[in-house]
Amino acid sequence: MEILKTYKLYIGGQFPRTESGRTYPVRGANGNHVANACLGSRKDVRNAVQAARKAQSAWAVRSGFNRSQILYRIAEILEDRKAQFVSELISMGSSTADAQNEVQSSIDRCVYYAGWSDKYQALLSSVNPVATPHFNFSVPEAMGVVGVVSCQRTGLIGLISQILPVILGGNTIVVIANSDQPLGAISFAEVLATSDVPGGVVNILTGQIAELLPTLAGHMDVNALSLAYIDADLLKAAQEVAIDNLKRCSVYAEDFTLQTSQGLAFISTFQEIKTTWHPIEQLSGGGSGY
Amino acid sequence: MMSENTWNLDPALESTAIVQLNTQYELYIDGKWQIPQSATYFPSVNPADESHLSQIAQANEADVDKAVKAARAAYQNVWSQLSGAERGKYLFRIARLMQEKSRELAVLETLDGGKPIRESRDIDIPLACNHFFYYAGWADKLEEAFPGQQMASLGVAAQITPWNFPLLMLAWKIAPALACGNTVVLKPAETTSLTALKFAEICQEAGLPAGVVNIVTGYGDTGAALVAHPDVDKIAFTGSTAVGKQIQRACIGTKKKLTLELGGKSANIILEDAPIDQAVEGVINAIFFNQGHVCCAGSRLFIQESIAHQVVEKLKFRLKSIYVGNPLDKNTDIGAINSKKQLETIHNYISVGLSEGAEMYQPDCKLPEKGYYCQPTLFLDVAQSSRIAQEEIFGPVLTVQTFRTIEEVIQKANNSPYGLAAGVWTANGARIFGLSSQLQAGVVWANTYNKFDPTSPFGGYKESGFGREGGRHGLSAYLQIKN
Repeated sequence: MEILKTYKLYIGGQFPRTESGRTYPVRGANGNHVANACLGSRKDVRNAVQAARKAQSAWAVRSGFNRSQILYRIAEILEDRKAQFVSELISMGSSTADAQNEVQSSIDRCVYYAGWSDKYQALLSSVNPVATPHFNFSVPEAMGVVGVVSCQRTGLIGLISQILPVILGGNTIVVIANSDQPLGAISFAEVLATSDVPGGVVNILTGQIAELLPTLAGHMDVNALSLAYIDADLLKAAQEVAIDNLKRCSVYAEDFTLQTSQGLAFISTFQEIKTTWHPIEQLSGGGSGY
Repeated sequence: MMSENTWNLDPALESTAIVQLNTQYELYIDGKWQIPQSATYFPSVNPADESHLSQIAQANEADVDKAVKAARAAYQNVWSQLSGAERGKYLFRIARLMQEKSRELAVLETLDGGKPIRESRDIDIPLACNHFFYYAGWADKLEEAFPGQQMASLGVAAQITPWNFPLLMLAWKIAPALACGNTVVLKPAETTSLTALKFAEICQEAGLPAGVVNIVTGYGDTGAALVAHPDVDKIAFTGSTAVGKQIQRACIGTKKKLTLELGGKSANIILEDAPIDQAVEGVINAIFFNQGHVCCAGSRLFIQESIAHQVVEKLKFRLKSIYVGNPLDKNTDIGAINSKKQLETIHNYISVGLSEGAEMYQPDCKLPEKGYYCQPTLFLDVAQSSRIAQEEIFGPVLTVQTFRTIEEVIQKANNSPYGLAAGVWTANGARIFGLSSQLQAGVVWANTYNKFDPTSPFGGYKESGFGREGGRHGLSAYLQIKN
């Protein structure tokens, strides 16, 4: 007899069931019952934000090189479990060809962003030639905790395209997965858990966006939002509560399967720029400077 | 006399003869001075002596609409058709004209806003000119600024500026907007419109095509009408966090690109190994520069416990020699508070500080009888939870707290909804980087404070706003950038 998989949440590196004890059925293209997913609650959102905040500063101070190695490890593990992701996408309604393409693009995207982890800093930074004798430089810095509503059109590539450019920049995140196709998200959490991504850096919830998003968008310890393909009213409500602590909101309507849906802009959107000044002592007739 | 550290200085007044003011100013729309459809004017007052300076047109919704239409037409027909190099030439020409008129602009800024002439002459106006000169040079190099990405101008930019650095904030807004190929409608703060109107004259003199820059004067409702206008593509606002949030709300459901430069409550941290005399001068500059009307003012002082007594004594001594008075006097350190309303706000916070039980210190100094003035004020033994340590006062009022460990001061400094700037004073180089990298602030001044430059990006974390002004980073606020 086949052993069926229980899909749970991913919070702080653990796989808890929702504290609410609720599940909902995930259905395939012809309405067949594929599996049950956790119907996450507002309390789960708050727990996930707490886990993300706890993990953030330690993650941000890791070297770009180390984050790069971890992201490449994600690609390795994903490659290893390719067949599982393809079959999950098919079970949730994709054609075989689409599922294979999506998984392959997802692996490629992991490799792509792995390479960015120690390079975006050089491109987003500057040494600024101020007119006074000061050393003045600007560097990117992680915004902090980012709330994500992942792409509601794809089961894997959208999720990966929204997670990786955000975490490689030192942010930690709380993701609300695609409600209709949540299985890939939880399987991806298993990949993360075995890829040396520290617990709490990525937290993934399944459930209804209408129930979870207001809590995530209004949470005062979330710094930014990445929102893809959500209902206009829900988006408006989320943006309104996000104003309370001036969250940086990005709204995506991309086709994440395309090559153009990757790039430096997806990283820089979730970076602050910090500028530091320091006087330069003027030696030997004032010739010192940068 | 010296032991008291008070000085009797003869007045050294800057002449106002250089300023040519009209008795009344209209709206600057489509390259022409236009009578407001509101048919309403408001006075501009010199806060130093409450004298009347001029009458200024108050734009209503219809006036704002006219200005946006002019900006749209200029964008479509003229400005977006010009090459970057040609746009740059106009900006260079404006920068040069501003330099030529710099003394008039400096005196007018002081008359209208109350800031010491030394600051408007040596800081505000030169920086404003330099900002135009800097962004002029970017206009034909935008492709080089973001390699590998595609970019386009946005269209019509609506810009709202504050009263603390009127012409400088205008420069921060208009120079990058025009360099990136946008046209603008700018609303200056109601208490300090005059240098913006002088700037309109400079645009005319520079032959800038009509409608590229439009100036609509008025109060908050004029700004609200501008923000709400459906044909605006970009909104840039500098001002209070409360108004910034209203603007963010008004932008929901629109495609308007928004940047906000809002309030602050910046921490200025003195460690026990700091050069103390330099640090004390730095603290004075951090909080009393421009009467404390500075969004990035170092308004929360944190002193390491072992040197706290020494630093506070030196600060009190230094405060006695601060000269509060006529902003036109070249001896003046602290000029006039910008408006009666702001003076009331500051006085209110001073009573809050007293009622919260903090110890207040103010030097004995005689304030002019007319005009709006406030003594430099220290509050000692301030609790972290105190309102005067949490809320932006925007005046010459400094709260002082102490700390024992670096970890403690990082936690206290970051425990604020704001994140605009921070100061660090220490002779230990490694500690500068250790501390500055952990402070949640868009600008960190180490062993210095309140320095600004057109090449240096400025802007906040958290509720101090988003987006950067200045430097290469400042271009992205006025461009659509795609992969």
